Amino acid sequence: MMTRSLTAMDHGLQSCEVCGLLSRPAPPADEGRCPRCGEAIEFRKRASFEYTWAFLIAAAICYIPANVLPVLTTTTATGSVSDTILQGVVLLWSPTGWPLAIIVLVASIMIPSAKIVALAYLLITAQRGSIKNNRQRIRLYRMVEFIGRWSMVDVFVDTFTAALIQLQPLMSVEPGPGLIFFAAVVVLTMLAVESFDPRLIWDAAALQEVAHA
Amino acid sequence: MEDTFSGSQRRIDTLVYNQPAPDPSVLACPHCDLMQRLPQLAPGASARCPRCAKELRRRRADSLNRTLALALGGTLLYVIANSVPMLSLTIVGRDASTTVIGGAQHLWENGQAIVGILVLLTAVIAPAAQLACILTITLASRRSPVPRWVGKLMRHYPATRTWSMIEVMLLGVLVALIKIADYATVIPGVALFMLGGLVFVLAGMQASFDPYEVWQRIEWASESPARQASGLATKETA
Repeated sequence: MMTRSLTAMDHGLQSCEVCGLLSRPAPPADEGRCPRCGEAIEFRKRASFEYTWAFLIAAAICYIPANVLPVLTTTTATGSVSDTILQGVVLLWSPTGWPLAIIVLVASIMIPSAKIVALAYLLITAQRGSIKNNRQRIRLYRMVEFIGRWSMVDVFVDTFTAALIQLQPLMSVEPGPGLIFFAAVVVLTMLAVESFDPRLIWDAAALQEVAHA
Repeated sequence: MEDTFSGSQRRIDTLVYNQPAPDPSVLACPHCDLMQRLPQLAPGASARCPRCAKELRRRRADSLNRTLALALGGTLLYVIANSVPMLSLTIVGRDASTTVIGGAQHLWENGQAIVGILVLLTAVIAPAAQLACILTITLASRRSPVPRWVGKLMRHYPATRTWSMIEVMLLGVLVALIKIADYATVIPGVALFMLGGLVFVLAGMQASFDPYEVWQRIEWASESPARQASGLATKETA
């Protein structure tokens, strides 16, 4: 369709991430301030790969205790039981409760792990200069961006279950140590998505086109 | 926090203003950097990047007034939602109830302070900031040119949107509600219905807001000659 897709960077122009204005930095510099909104702008997000990897690796590390440590501890007259996220899903599973179990399973287990894998894939392909499947990769990035917030669902479930079930000595529910790691996975993956510059997906393609021109 | 990631605080004093591109309708796609000319859009129409299909602008009829109306409605719902109980529970003659803030407070008091802060941030503070941003932006945009400080709010508005998770919280509350219903009688409070309404009002507010319209009329940070050339209203600041 398009033989030569020219980017703003090819023209020496910078697009403001805040207001969208195109502007040209003063000749020797490669960064400047947007004349319209005053924001400091660069061609690409600064150290995007490094920041994204850092957040992603931190998220992957937190993912382990998030799934191994209990998120809720239920104390009844007969004793106390601690549940991890997966055990919570199993507990929800019943002839009537299975749709909820699926919601929690998808939001708490599948989305966070899929997000980590998807971001790692985007980072590796962009860093290796891949020019294949650009459209699919940008679509994947948008999906990760859109869907990530829904992982927070389990944090809210546990928060309000614990806040409401305070019927000592009959029954009480307390948040467990796994909750903070789980919340950290959600927040860190969201920060990783924000620090990734999707334009990096396309930069390799631009270089190849220039080489063939 | 966000400033550290975009590096905008670095050497900001030594940076000079860029020279704006001559044609204000030419822009680059924020997702693939492809340069393109934004066509004239009829109200309700939207423009997408031909390479990566990112929506570049969606023009809305009477955008700012509708956004303001929805923001006012949202503020009302928000205030009610945070001042009345959200869930109540009855079990063998004992009652308990909680509000949104009560949930965060319980975590704070039970050794989960950081998660408590996160819940407070995503369910209470960020939605309030989002509403406050939009109210101020739409009200201030009635002036012409739009004052420069509106740009600062516009810059932070996307972050308030990212971290405002009313809809996610509502799903979480519904799951908790059904989970608890096995042990006790759960009574959904007024706040729950207000929050349900707020999810739709916030979605409508986001959809009707057209930032491009505000940026077109904003007072420029630099005294650039292109500003006069592009026919924008000029007003000297003290």
